[in-house]
Amino acid sequence: MALATPARPAPSPPAKPHRHRSTRGAKRARWDMKYSPYLYIAPFFVVFGIFGFYPMLRTAWMSLHDWDLIGEHTFIGFDNYAALLQDEYFWNSVVNTLGIFVVATVPQLALALFLANLLNRTQLRGKTLFRMAIFVPNITSVAAVAIVFAMIFQRDFGVANWLLSLVGVDPIDWDAQRWSSWIAIAFMVDWRWTGYNALILLAGMQAIPRDLYEAAALDGANQWRQFWRITLPMLTPTFVFVVLLSTFGGLQLFTEPLVFGNGNMRGGTQREFQTVAMYMYEKGINSLNTAGYGAAIAWALFVLIGIIAAINLAVVRRTVK
Amino acid sequence: MVAASARLWKTSPLTYIALVIGVLASIYPFYYMFVIATRSLDAINSVPPPITPGDAFGANFQRVLDNDAANFVKGIVNSVIVSTVVTVAVVLTGTLAGFAFAKLRFRGRGALLLLTIVTMMVPTQLGLIPLWGMMQELNWYDTLYAVTVPFLVSAFGVFMMRQYATQAVSDELIEAARVDGCSTLRIYWNVVLPALRPAAAVLGLLTFMDTWNQFLWPYAVLTNDNPTLQVSLAFLSYAYYTDYAQVFAATAVGTVPLLLVFVFFGRQIIGGIMEGAVKS
Repeated sequence: MALATPARPAPSPPAKPHRHRSTRGAKRARWDMKYSPYLYIAPFFVVFGIFGFYPMLRTAWMSLHDWDLIGEHTFIGFDNYAALLQDEYFWNSVVNTLGIFVVATVPQLALALFLANLLNRTQLRGKTLFRMAIFVPNITSVAAVAIVFAMIFQRDFGVANWLLSLVGVDPIDWDAQRWSSWIAIAFMVDWRWTGYNALILLAGMQAIPRDLYEAAALDGANQWRQFWRITLPMLTPTFVFVVLLSTFGGLQLFTEPLVFGNGNMRGGTQREFQTVAMYMYEKGINSLNTAGYGAAIAWALFVLIGIIAAINLAVVRRTVK
Repeated sequence: MVAASARLWKTSPLTYIALVIGVLASIYPFYYMFVIATRSLDAINSVPPPITPGDAFGANFQRVLDNDAANFVKGIVNSVIVSTVVTVAVVLTGTLAGFAFAKLRFRGRGALLLLTIVTMMVPTQLGLIPLWGMMQELNWYDTLYAVTVPFLVSAFGVFMMRQYATQAVSDELIEAARVDGCSTLRIYWNVVLPALRPAAAVLGLLTFMDTWNQFLWPYAVLTNDNPTLQVSLAFLSYAYYTDYAQVFAATAVGTVPLLLVFVFFGRQIIGGIMEGAVKS
């Protein structure tokens, strides 16, 4: 681009060099206007094309093969998908993923809504401080969260069991049963995401015109009624956004159960908390010669996310009407 | 009217009590992390669990440093390198493409922008297995290229910058610069980039934290010979799960940089996230 700034002409009125550049300069300017935009968007599309889009297509192609990631492959059509439908470990991972998703997301969104409603009070003092404090868990790494919560839910010396012992509950071996491991993992997810979602919902609440509430108040609607009749319906777009975000994240759950289970890709001795993402990793990367099968799991996960997102959308639309 | 609205959003002591409980729940795991990180093993393995910090942090962290299996220091250095490079690249490519989408006219602009938005919704795990194979073919396995190059651009970054540039950069200013004979690249550098600075800063902060915290992909392509911080932490926690004090000392050290970023820029980060939510 150095060419674009030719040696400065001797002191002359600024209008002249313009005319001087005449055809060549004008041509360059036209080229600049017409084609340079493509240059500016090119880095994104080139890098994304190679490392984002191409691997996705290749996943589809691989899933139709018996594929060894560092060896041979043969075309087998839809055999991988047929096998997947019969695979009890796959369905186990689907149940775990959906189970943890429900156990984590329902209380999380309710709590986020509650917190957002509190933070929306006009007279609240220390607003910024409260917002920052409930958001701060979101900045920690998932690995760190999993390490800390694995200790909190440790059987012998963990805080969770100690608290339960105060009310007379016997120590729970959290990672040994399905329900208890789901709860522990849900705690990790919720701790990291509730504040984040609360702030998103708060942003949505603040965009609701205040005179709506004032009119309702004049009509004698109390706070609770206003929340149901004004806040929730007006909040639907934001709520949909939050639900979709939670769905995408929740169904791709990987790190929390992995670190909670000390790096065991099977998620517990009896696969009590192996998620679909973990099963994909087990089949596609831990054992390279079943990469084609792993690729089929990846597409199955994608379809699953699509289905659950659609269901969630329908439920939210119907409930808030 | 003022009185009516004041009554509507009144705060009772209960509001504060509920919020303080929420805050405590948010803060406690951090506090707990520092408590365990500064305690000796005997104190940790006791009932009731310790609730105040101790003075064993030096000894605990020394064990982390002496631990050849985790390569913790190398992990930190790697994470700093990777996060910095990715952040600079995402901000540059994001502002460049965002500017083009917001302010320049070219054929196919709408369709390409739509394509960018669609890519945001595709789960990253979909391409994981072939991408892993590509890293083998490129000989990038266990190198920093594997965790850097694929992340030099971000659809979210492009979109965020596009949204901001649409309203923050005036068309008159760009026209004026053109009349003065500025090339488009010059306009980007001298006019657009300064105007985008607040949003670009937020994008940079979010990208830095996100890259610093990445786990699944680095875990797939790096070993404990050349880990990022998060990968090092994971290996440490698997191998030394009986030595919580050591693992927690490392975890605390790995979390402090993010806490510092948050203390200084938390307001901007939260502002950026909340604004983004309303717009999208």
